[in-house]
Amino acid sequence: MLRFLVRRVIGAIAVLFAISVLVFLIFNVVPATNPAARIAGKNATPQLIKNVEKEWGFDKSLPAQYWTQMKLIFTGEVQSYNAHINIDKRIAEGIPATASLCIGAAIIWLSFGILFGYLSAVRSGGWLDRGLTVLALIGVSMPVFWLASILLYYFTYKIELFPASGYEPLSNPGKWFSHLILPWISLAVLFAGFYSRVLRSSMLDVMNEDYVRTARAKGLSQRRVMSKHVLRNSLIPVITLFGLDFGVLIGGGAIVTESLFNIEGVGLFTAEALKQQDFPSIMAVTLFGAFFIVLFNILVDIAYAYLDPRIRLGTSAT
Amino acid sequence: MSPDSEKPGAEAVPGGPGTASPGTVTGDPELLSEVQGETGGDGQRGGPWAIAWRRLRRNKFALFALGVFLLIVICCLLAPVWANDVAHTGPNQTHTLEKLREGGEVKEVVEPSGKAIGPQFFDAGGKFFLGADGHLGRDEMVRLLYGGRSSLFIGVVAAIVTTILAVVFALLAGFYGGWTDTVISRIMDVIWAFPVVLLSLALGIVLAVGGLVIGPLHLKSSSLWIPTLIIGFVYTPYMARPLRGEILAFREKEFIEAAVAQGAGPTRIMFLEILPNLMSTIIVFFTLNIANNMLLEAVLSYLGAGVQPPSSSWGTMISEGFEALYSQPLLTIIPGTAILLTVLSVNVFGDGLRDALDPKSKVRFEARAGTTSEPDAVGPV
Repeated sequence: MLRFLVRRVIGAIAVLFAISVLVFLIFNVVPATNPAARIAGKNATPQLIKNVEKEWGFDKSLPAQYWTQMKLIFTGEVQSYNAHINIDKRIAEGIPATASLCIGAAIIWLSFGILFGYLSAVRSGGWLDRGLTVLALIGVSMPVFWLASILLYYFTYKIELFPASGYEPLSNPGKWFSHLILPWISLAVLFAGFYSRVLRSSMLDVMNEDYVRTARAKGLSQRRVMSKHVLRNSLIPVITLFGLDFGVLIGGGAIVTESLFNIEGVGLFTAEALKQQDFPSIMAVTLFGAFFIVLFNILVDIAYAYLDPRIRLGTSAT
Repeated sequence: MSPDSEKPGAEAVPGGPGTASPGTVTGDPELLSEVQGETGGDGQRGGPWAIAWRRLRRNKFALFALGVFLLIVICCLLAPVWANDVAHTGPNQTHTLEKLREGGEVKEVVEPSGKAIGPQFFDAGGKFFLGADGHLGRDEMVRLLYGGRSSLFIGVVAAIVTTILAVVFALLAGFYGGWTDTVISRIMDVIWAFPVVLLSLALGIVLAVGGLVIGPLHLKSSSLWIPTLIIGFVYTPYMARPLRGEILAFREKEFIEAAVAQGAGPTRIMFLEILPNLMSTIIVFFTLNIANNMLLEAVLSYLGAGVQPPSSSWGTMISEGFEALYSQPLLTIIPGTAILLTVLSVNVFGDGLRDALDPKSKVRFEARAGTTSEPDAVGPV
């Protein structure tokens, strides 16, 4: 276990390093505009641009620039090119909004995904199964802005049930909830559809295993076999998926949802940084996001070994 | 009852090198009876492709979805016909100050308030069939058809790009093993840990500004090929990983040994022995990949990193329409519905294909953590 952890952590650090180099190369080898010229402003003299270059270190070699950039990010002093804001602080401020969005949506999609998947598998082949399959396929195929714009138009404009956008801190639970309910639904529908399908096919596979036949032969009721024996083992792939998806979202992956609903989280900050090509911000949010993906990858492996004793960490997870 | 008794036996570790644990029959009772029925009845005639085709033909729902998809493709291909002969306008032609005569009525295409005309259907002889798009007064239907060409082009061509890259990398990694495998797998790991939307956005924004120059090849920043290549590239590991797993399993099989004994070279083994065995997986992935590509295109274009003006796509239309969501919701909902219908039809058909080609559902899970190979993973959010 310890050896496994050490190896995975070293691997994770290597992946994060590779990602940071990749982002650095994307924005430096494929140069868009001269960042110094942009910081200096519209009517900058060549001398001013030179000064800015010197001040921000753009005249140094690429490895040196990379080193400075990384040092700034990890010491919490990294500054945006455009507005002189501290990026690490800005990301930290976005975490509560992103976490509220992701956790709430996750509760919704897990509940509905598992419920629908279970019903679908238990009644497989029947009308309920077919109906739920169609619903799930529609859910998976739905572009997030299609649902979001319909929800926004109908609930915030036509019947004015919910406020349009923005994020309210948790200190005011009522407002917090009413601002988040539509984003939660928009985000959750896709995942709920997908998870119900994954659970359904996983349950159908497990239902053919020998131990399920044994459980039936022992005379256990259908309900007990399904809920205690089949569901438990079928949930393993769902949990795997959940860990990975949640890792992406909590690291600011819900870029579109946060932009559509103007939730000032990490995702919205990412979208803004990309639009303004603010390289330090992009570097910071990418590392932030990748960190969570890598972290949840490791967590999923551990959870996996714990849930399914047939898997030994040392051998299978290479 | 101790909890241990609930656990299955120790064989068939899910996600070992052999991803398709042999002998597991899918639990879908419909399919099960089909498979059994076929081995007993007429199912013995024809090879696996014939069996798959028979199974697909019976799935009316999937065939209907294929029909819908082809219909959408044909409509978009006929965009110039509609533009020239029905609407008499082009996708970027503005009609800000024009008026429309319908019977005795005269309507302004764009009201002084900036609100555009709504759907006219055939009232004006097909002009402004779905209304006009905001203050520029462009014909929404014409834009929808032309935008669909971009969206479909990106969806299909990016899927081809992904498939070629994934097959080549998976064959090299899975067949040669050793260092080749290590290097390719590590590169895939890095792309895998990179959030898809973020990577494609970063590439999209950089390339949308500067264009792309690879040797003699020069792509203008507004070229459709830029989002196509980006999308094709970022989804590669999602297809290459499960393929590599399958190849690893094949490498141990007798027919490869036989080929080696006959003196077949690596190229021959890879492309003539292994590749045909991967075809069913590749076809399913390819189909479902089209759906994901179209969703990603919409997201990229919505955030300004996809299709660039003067081209338009369903994504750019949504992006423009969203700004006027409350005054003219249709401008967002129409292109959104187009994407939904197309993606849904692809997903339903891909699902049917998978059931037909792969009843043992070997594509479904490579159950090892982090390598779920469910091809229709959730699109960008």
